[in-house]
Amino acid sequence: MSDSYNILIVGVGGQGVLLASEIISEVAIRANLDVKKSEIHGMSQRGGVVSSHVKIAKKVYSPTIEYGQADVLISFEQAEGLRALDWMKKNGVAIVSTTTLIPAIVTSSKGFNYPDDSIAEMKKKANNVIAVEADDIARELGNPRLVNTILLGVLSTIAPYDQNLWEESIKARVKEKFIDINLKAIERGRQLNPKAVKA
Amino acid sequence: MKELLSGNEAVAQGALEADVKVAVAYPGTPSTEILETIAARHKSIYAQWSPNEKVAYEVGIGSSLGGARTIVTMKHVGLNVAADPFMTHAYTGVNAGFVVISADDPEMHSSQNEQDNRFFAHFAKVPMLEPSDSQESKDMVLEGMKISEEFDTPLLLRMTTRISHSKGVVELSEPCEYEGDKFVKNPSKYVMVPGNARGRHVVVTERLEKLKEYAEKTPYNFIENNGSKIGIITGGISYQYTKEVLPDADYLKLGFTYPLPMKKIADFIKSHDRVIVIEELEPFYEDQIKIEGLKVEGKKYFGVLGELSPARVAAGLKKAGIIDKVAISEIPPTENMFPRPPVLCPGCSHRGVFMALNKLKVAVTGDIGCYTLGALPPLKSVDTCICMGASIGNAIGMEKVDGYKKGTVAVIGDSTFLHSGVTGLMDAVYNNSNVTIMILDNSVTAMTGGQEHPSTGKTLMGEKANEVDIPSLCKALGVKNYRDVDPYDYEATLNAIKEEIEKPGPSVIRTNRPCVLMPKRIMDEPFVVDLELCTACTLCFRISCPAILASEETNDRGKPKAIIDTTLCTGCTLCAQICPDEAIILQSKMVTEGV
Repeated sequence: MSDSYNILIVGVGGQGVLLASEIISEVAIRANLDVKKSEIHGMSQRGGVVSSHVKIAKKVYSPTIEYGQADVLISFEQAEGLRALDWMKKNGVAIVSTTTLIPAIVTSSKGFNYPDDSIAEMKKKANNVIAVEADDIARELGNPRLVNTILLGVLSTIAPYDQNLWEESIKARVKEKFIDINLKAIERGRQLNPKAVKA
Repeated sequence: MKELLSGNEAVAQGALEADVKVAVAYPGTPSTEILETIAARHKSIYAQWSPNEKVAYEVGIGSSLGGARTIVTMKHVGLNVAADPFMTHAYTGVNAGFVVISADDPEMHSSQNEQDNRFFAHFAKVPMLEPSDSQESKDMVLEGMKISEEFDTPLLLRMTTRISHSKGVVELSEPCEYEGDKFVKNPSKYVMVPGNARGRHVVVTERLEKLKEYAEKTPYNFIENNGSKIGIITGGISYQYTKEVLPDADYLKLGFTYPLPMKKIADFIKSHDRVIVIEELEPFYEDQIKIEGLKVEGKKYFGVLGELSPARVAAGLKKAGIIDKVAISEIPPTENMFPRPPVLCPGCSHRGVFMALNKLKVAVTGDIGCYTLGALPPLKSVDTCICMGASIGNAIGMEKVDGYKKGTVAVIGDSTFLHSGVTGLMDAVYNNSNVTIMILDNSVTAMTGGQEHPSTGKTLMGEKANEVDIPSLCKALGVKNYRDVDPYDYEATLNAIKEEIEKPGPSVIRTNRPCVLMPKRIMDEPFVVDLELCTACTLCFRISCPAILASEETNDRGKPKAIIDTTLCTGCTLCAQICPDEAIILQSKMVTEGV
């Protein structure tokens, strides 16, 4: 199924994982493709891992991406990127924010370590890892919650969909007063030419 | 027009298109968003939260009898609560269409068990539809209404988490118009005393035969013929998983799944060399098919535990010898990576209670809600969790036999207390139990995402409501030892529990701080750690607050000192209260002293 495109998005509750997957799905619909997305909510507001599967193809059956089948992995937190890395196809692309969010359990109990440099670990295991200092860029733009849209900007340069669909989808899916800032954020993400970042 | 909708949103859209007039529920993952969507987007439908699923179901019976198409929604275990009216409603039948939606939770993403509610259709002898995507979730509401009216029966629409929470493209239609007849008195149909009920059971049995005929001809049970010798019988999400793994097999896809279309199934089996039944959880189709003497295989390859997935379906088909190699692998166990378990939020009003209960080492009977998280280390102070309201009865029984030396305390949230804790408390009063009950009142149904309930003062549709006053309610039930306590005051909470455990007769302690997240985010001035004063005793790490982290600085034994993430800290003060070195101080104080 060469027309299929699977995107796995991971992060921690509150990072905007679900909005990002809504926007990608909207792009797919506007590209006249079938799309399904799946996530488990419930515990997400309480600090747990949040992941959203977006599957795009001419016809999609299962709403979930299988292990090792993601074309793109997007992570809003570096250790979560490392955790999810093997969900990616061998030659898949990982777009990962350098953000670190260390959970309380690492502090309060022995035996759990937070990786020193998840990005370096990811690069050891995969060829295409694009690390993005998205926190810094978001802060420059004046809203730390824009990490998700900045990474979507990077995605838009490698995903096989028309560039203008991304703008249209943001306008359709983001609350009115945040549209402009999100459009700026996606543009900033685009300017991070993936190849330059990789080198 | 096309829209990307979750299964739950699609059911809400289906309710709109079917001209449903009344939608009733108690929140429960994964069903909650059905009513939330209706209240937010489809305002022509009257939608309400009821105190529990039983009441919700009973309200629904009333509105259907009154001539309004009605849906009642709940999670799978909610139907246990509503089973009483459900089982007899099968006898009375309906006036306007009635669809009960059960959202099951295979894999227990957010539940205490993974019971397979398809058996409820069999148990009550009512028809059942099982959608396999968002489009069917929408379409089956209208179809369900028609079946309900044609056969004069409630209908079970059975969803699962993956259907409810996955989104897919849905083709929308114009709403139809339904004008039901008002209620007509008919005691032999609606008054289920033994003499009438016996007659109605005959009707139910005859109805089931007619439904069997319907199952044979409904377009929701269809065959996909690809010229294969292998036949697959499947339904729900399992259909999608299997199509992904084995696109070229022949399929008998079931959507109307009780009663089953046995003739169609028998023909399908006859025309194939081998037929495999693929279904999540229990062998519901498989066992019924086998009882008919038909030869199928299934559960021996796939098991009854948890969710299926394309990988699990592939592994099962390999085991069955239908495919030789599995292209997709199952998820290997995670390597030594830290977990990210759900935790009580920073500033959660339950934290102080569990700090105190942990200190007292009493037995704690727990309940369903965020406070289940008090069972996890390091707070580790909830000892039971069974079902909505169980904490109180559990504590009564435990106390009656002196089952735990240091005493037993029940903890229950406000919404859960109103759902089914009130009768437990009544029992404690009536049977003069020495139990201590803590109502952790944070003024919202928190775990499911912040819904209103009878003591929040607002309805689902956003209108002002009468507030059930929990203190007056407890006192009216006859509770003599009642008190409110501020859970942000650790000493006061600890002492209140100690004192009430000692008192004879039932005691109620209600905590009175709202949820920090909902309906409003509460952020007071944050605290910071004075690293000069911190001795790295690690006490504050043990209250499991996500805002308290290990700093880079250590004491002379190499233990990390604490640091507080001021963007997460809500200023609840609990860590400052237990810090023996007074090293945790308000941020403003630190700044002025630091200059």
